Amino acid sequence: MNTPTLSSPLLSARNITKRFGGRIACHDVNFDLWPGEVLGIVGESGSGKTTLLNCLAGRLTPDEGSVAYETASAGTVDVHRLSEARRRLLTRTEWGFVNQDAREGLRMGVSAGANIGERLMAVGARHYGEIRGSAADWLARVEIDADRLDDRPTTFSGGMRQRLQIARNLVSGPRLVFMDEPTGGLDVSVQARILDLLRGLVERLHLSAVLVTHDLGVARLLTHRLMVMQGGAVIEEGLTDQVLDDPQHAYTQMLVASILPV
Amino acid sequence: MPDTNMTEGAYNYAYLDEQTKRMIRRAILKAVAVPGYQVPFGGREMPLPYGWGTGGIQVTAAIIGRDDTLKVIDQGADDTTNAVSIRRFFAHVADVATTTRTEEATIIQTRHRVPETPLEDGQILVFQVPIPEPLRMLEPRETETRTLHALSEYGVMQVSLYESIARHGRISKSYNYPVQVNGRYIMSPSPIPKFDNPKLDRSPALQLYGAGREKRIYAVPPYTPVKSLDFDDHPFEVERWTECCAFCGSTESFLDEMIIDDAGKRLFVCSDTDYCEGRR
Amino acid sequence: MSHPERSCEDPTMPPALRVSGLAKSFVVHAHGDLALPVLHDVSLAVSPGECLALVGPSGAGKSTLLRSLYGNYRADAGSIRVRQDDTWTELVGAEPRTVLDVRHRTMGFVSQFLRVIPRVAAVDVVAEPLLRRGVDATEAHHRAEFLLGMLGIPARLWALPPATFSGGEQQRINIARSLIVDYPILLLDEPTASLDAANRDGVVELICQRRDAGAAVVGIFHDTGVRDAVATRIHEVLPPASPAGARHA
Repeated sequence: MNTPTLSSPLLSARNITKRFGGRIACHDVNFDLWPGEVLGIVGESGSGKTTLLNCLAGRLTPDEGSVAYETASAGTVDVHRLSEARRRLLTRTEWGFVNQDAREGLRMGVSAGANIGERLMAVGARHYGEIRGSAADWLARVEIDADRLDDRPTTFSGGMRQRLQIARNLVSGPRLVFMDEPTGGLDVSVQARILDLLRGLVERLHLSAVLVTHDLGVARLLTHRLMVMQGGAVIEEGLTDQVLDDPQHAYTQMLVASILPV
Repeated sequence: MPDTNMTEGAYNYAYLDEQTKRMIRRAILKAVAVPGYQVPFGGREMPLPYGWGTGGIQVTAAIIGRDDTLKVIDQGADDTTNAVSIRRFFAHVADVATTTRTEEATIIQTRHRVPETPLEDGQILVFQVPIPEPLRMLEPRETETRTLHALSEYGVMQVSLYESIARHGRISKSYNYPVQVNGRYIMSPSPIPKFDNPKLDRSPALQLYGAGREKRIYAVPPYTPVKSLDFDDHPFEVERWTECCAFCGSTESFLDEMIIDDAGKRLFVCSDTDYCEGRR
Repeated sequence: MSHPERSCEDPTMPPALRVSGLAKSFVVHAHGDLALPVLHDVSLAVSPGECLALVGPSGAGKSTLLRSLYGNYRADAGSIRVRQDDTWTELVGAEPRTVLDVRHRTMGFVSQFLRVIPRVAAVDVVAEPLLRRGVDATEAHHRAEFLLGMLGIPARLWALPPATFSGGEQQRINIARSLIVDYPILLLDEPTASLDAANRDGVVELICQRRDAGAAVVGIFHDTGVRDAVATRIHEVLPPASPAGARHA
């Protein structure tokens, strides 16, 4: 893990509240994410962590509150007040989003190379050889054999698909990556490889990230800071090792105590 | 121009009623104003099946007048069933002169070709379009393709060309080759061979595209830049033949390959019958 | 209960770490919000070049104190201040990124256990803190290999992930990782537990080198031989007065 540098926040969430009908999915969430920082959001299914992630990433509009993002060159923007064009541009240049289900984040009908190259082409890359070169480079960085460059992800294993999705997101050099259970549903050995890969990439590329997971082991390995959610509210937050080793809230204590020792 | 004279007392002039023609003309005006943008219109049932040119016929019916001279081609030929039928249809319901000569026509309705003879000011080329959405094969959701057009997010189109080179070593798409109109909208030129794409660029003629099944009209006004998409290191190229036309000897035109006997003997002839005949 | 320092601070050398009024208790909600007070009004100061040995009976809270100093446990009250960039940085109630910055640049911690990272080679585990500080990869690996050699880890193990190493080997990987950066403050929790005599002497030598080079060291050393070799002062940690169960020796 990188150690965050001290400057100004990259992402600031203020009073984020989202309801679905009468049900509150997340309630009054506040935090600052600093450059180079990896924030984990943990909690059980239904605790509101994925809803919060989608609000932060501009995929859902919160009923109350705002999300401010410090862009690379255009100052601070209110994510939910941006025009759709600018928000979508942001999401495919400065941001990444890694879905739990790689099929949602990939084009299953085109080759691995085209999947990785899409973001480059979307911002105007028009040299086939260079695009293909970048795709091959990223395939290697996520430890997929070069001879799979022209294969479709339908022929890939679950772990390879997830690594391809990571490459597809990181090729544009994003500053902030949202991850929703990036290792969920994968075998433990496959998980370990992806976690190690993500850990290395986050550190080398000095990425900031917001990671949603229900797996405290994943949180321990990848995040600097944790927010624990229960019933849509953040009930505890702090340094990852402090929250996991010295949990204060009854619910966090229960979560930590529920981990099976190996 | 409204024309209330009835033909044989049963149908309005040019088959469609005047309100429908107005509606289509409004769609055409919008399409001309926003080159390459697909304008929805209230397509009517026509007396022929979808896929036989219902979109093109409605566009032609909306713009045709008694002073027009109509030419209809199908795959470049004036004498195929479809071309002959549509030509007769308008001769009958719109009381217009018809021709097979490109230079004589004021309106040319076409399926799958652009005439070899260069078009001129004042001519209108009406294309029959089966699938108007160039992004459809890549993105099945209409809501999403509309957003992609609205925001000029055309990375996915380039993805399809990338994929073609990755698979075949070159952009293998040989017809319905996507173009960008006036630096803005990406457009399907209908299933013309890519050989014809350069003729769309800055053409003096007005190009109108009608899709009957999907009820869309789009247009390229005269002299509008039309660029075929490509990569810097894989530039757009049209196909070339080593043979020449067996009838007229042309080395410039789009050639159809014909097998003429059971031994598999091949012959190459111009696809544009009018052009070919004019050279013999 | 606070305890007077056995030796006075050197007035010419301002402390690197200063603790006052530190209190820490654990509240276990699953057991009827049972409160277990562990630390009460702890004060101490450590200067560069000093090694403060925490002593006291098992259950007195030595480990809890050490972990509180590192920010791993959340203090209930009091102050933990660290000298960084010629100014005092308060860690009690600090923002996570402040604590991380102090850990990154100023304060190293050697725990009894290595938290194994899947698939990462031993030499990379050790080199990582240097790489994070922007040291060139070749240089970082060079120093990692030097430390591993000094701590008696056979070269054939360097490229392997430490998950399958013996307890003693993992412990030494952990020490190498924490000592590869010249932290001005070092916190050591039983650094020589589970080491044999030869390896223990290597670790003692490394700690003494670091201390003599100006690091402020706070540690728990059960082995009195090790303690006598490295400690310059003793700080006694007494069990809390209240009838509390032993949590975290």
